[in-house]
Amino acid sequence: MNIKKEKITIIIAAAIIGIIASLLVVFGNPTNMGFCIACFLRDTSGALGLHKAEPVQYIRPEIIGLVLGSFAMALWKKEFSVKGGSAPVTRFILGAFAMIGCLMFLGCPFRTVLRLAGGDLNAIWGLIGFALGIGVGILFLNKGYSLKRTYKQVAAEGFVFPIIQVVLLILVIAAPSIIMFTPEGGGPGAKHAAIIISLIAGLIVGALAQRTRLCMVGGIRDFILFRESKLLIGFVVVFASALICNLILTGVGVGTLFNLGFEGQPVAHTDALWNALGMILAGFACTLLGGCPLRQLVLSGEGNTDSVITVYGLMVGAAFAHNFKLASSADGPTLNGKIAVVIGLVVVAAIAVANTMGKSKEQ
Amino acid sequence: MGKMIDARGLSCPEPVIMIRKAMASNDSEYEMIVDNNASKENVTRYATHQGYTVDVTEKDNEYYLSIKK
Repeated sequence: MNIKKEKITIIIAAAIIGIIASLLVVFGNPTNMGFCIACFLRDTSGALGLHKAEPVQYIRPEIIGLVLGSFAMALWKKEFSVKGGSAPVTRFILGAFAMIGCLMFLGCPFRTVLRLAGGDLNAIWGLIGFALGIGVGILFLNKGYSLKRTYKQVAAEGFVFPIIQVVLLILVIAAPSIIMFTPEGGGPGAKHAAIIISLIAGLIVGALAQRTRLCMVGGIRDFILFRESKLLIGFVVVFASALICNLILTGVGVGTLFNLGFEGQPVAHTDALWNALGMILAGFACTLLGGCPLRQLVLSGEGNTDSVITVYGLMVGAAFAHNFKLASSADGPTLNGKIAVVIGLVVVAAIAVANTMGKSKEQ
Repeated sequence: MGKMIDARGLSCPEPVIMIRKAMASNDSEYEMIVDNNASKENVTRYATHQGYTVDVTEKDNEYYLSIKK
C-alpha cells in the first residue's frame, strides 16, 4: 500500500468510525459514549460479577464485535498470526493501571476524542494528560525500553479469545440470571443500543481499525517520535467526523449530542487536575504497552495473546476500580482513586525503568 | 550487503526506532527482518521519508526489507 493510499484509507475509515460512534448514542448508548473501551470492558466485568457496581453492568456487544471484526479481517487479509510471550505478566499490570487511570478520567483515549466531539471541555484536560503520559513513555522508548520479542504460538491459542467473545455474545442474548445487568434507569449500564446494532457497529469498527492500525496512543506517539502523521490523522478525523455528526443530529432535533462546556457533562466530572493525572497514567501505561485499549482489542483478535492478557488486565483493573471505589463519578474523583493513580504512576515508572536499564547498551 | 537488523517478534514502534538508530550512521544500505505487516508498513514509510527505497521479499511470513539510498 503506498503512502498516499494509506492516508486516504485511514481518513475514510476514521470518518466512518466517527459517524458510527455518534449514531450509537442515538440508538441508545450513554451520551458521548458511542464507544469507550475502558467503560465497556468495565461494564462487561460487572455483568460477569467481577465487580458489584450495579449502575455499570452490561456485556457490551461492541467489544465482542471489535474483537471478531478484527479477527475476521485479519483472517481474510492473511494477517492472523498467533504469537505471545513478550512479558505477559508485566502487560497485565500495565493494563490494570491503564484502566485505573481511564476510570479516574472516565473514559479511554477513544472516548476522550468522543467527549470532545460532544462539547465536553473537561476532556481537554484528559487529552493534555494523555499526551504528557505518552511523552514520558517516549523518553523510555528512546532510551531502549522494550518488553522483548514475542514468539510464535500454536494456532489454537489464537482462537481462544475470539471463541470467548462468541460465548459472551450468547450470554448477552440469552441473559441468564447469573449475568448481572443494570436495571432500567439504573445508570449508564442500562443505556445501550440494541444488541444487533452494537454488535454490527463493533464488527465494522474492529475490521476498519485492524486494516488501518488505528490507535489513539500511536497517533500522538508516532508524531512525536518520527513526525509520522498517519495515525494522528485517524485520531483527528474520528474527532471531526463525530463532531460534525453530533452537530447535525442535534440540529435536526434527534437529541442533544453536542453541549459545549465544562459543567453537567454526561458521565464526566470537572476536576481538571485529576482528569489530567488519570490520563497521564493511561497514556504512560499504554505507551509502554504499545497501543491504546482499542488497539489491544484489535490485536487480540489478530492472534496476539499478549494483548489478550492486557485486555484481561484492563478488565481486572476495572473490577478493582469499582470494588475499591477508585473510579470517579459525576461528583468527582474519590480519595481512594487519587491514591491508586499515584501508586499507578509509581508502578508504571518502575516497570519503565526496569525494562529500560541496560537496554541501550545491548543494541 | 548492509547492516542487518533483526526485528522479528517486535511490534511498533520498536522496529522503527531500531532503523532510526541505525540510520544515525548514515550508511547507504540496510537489511531488516520483521515478522508482521504493520511493522513492514511502518519501517517502509519511515525509510521512504528518509529518502531511502525499500524492497520487500516475503518468506515464511517474514519480511526481508532491503533499504537502500
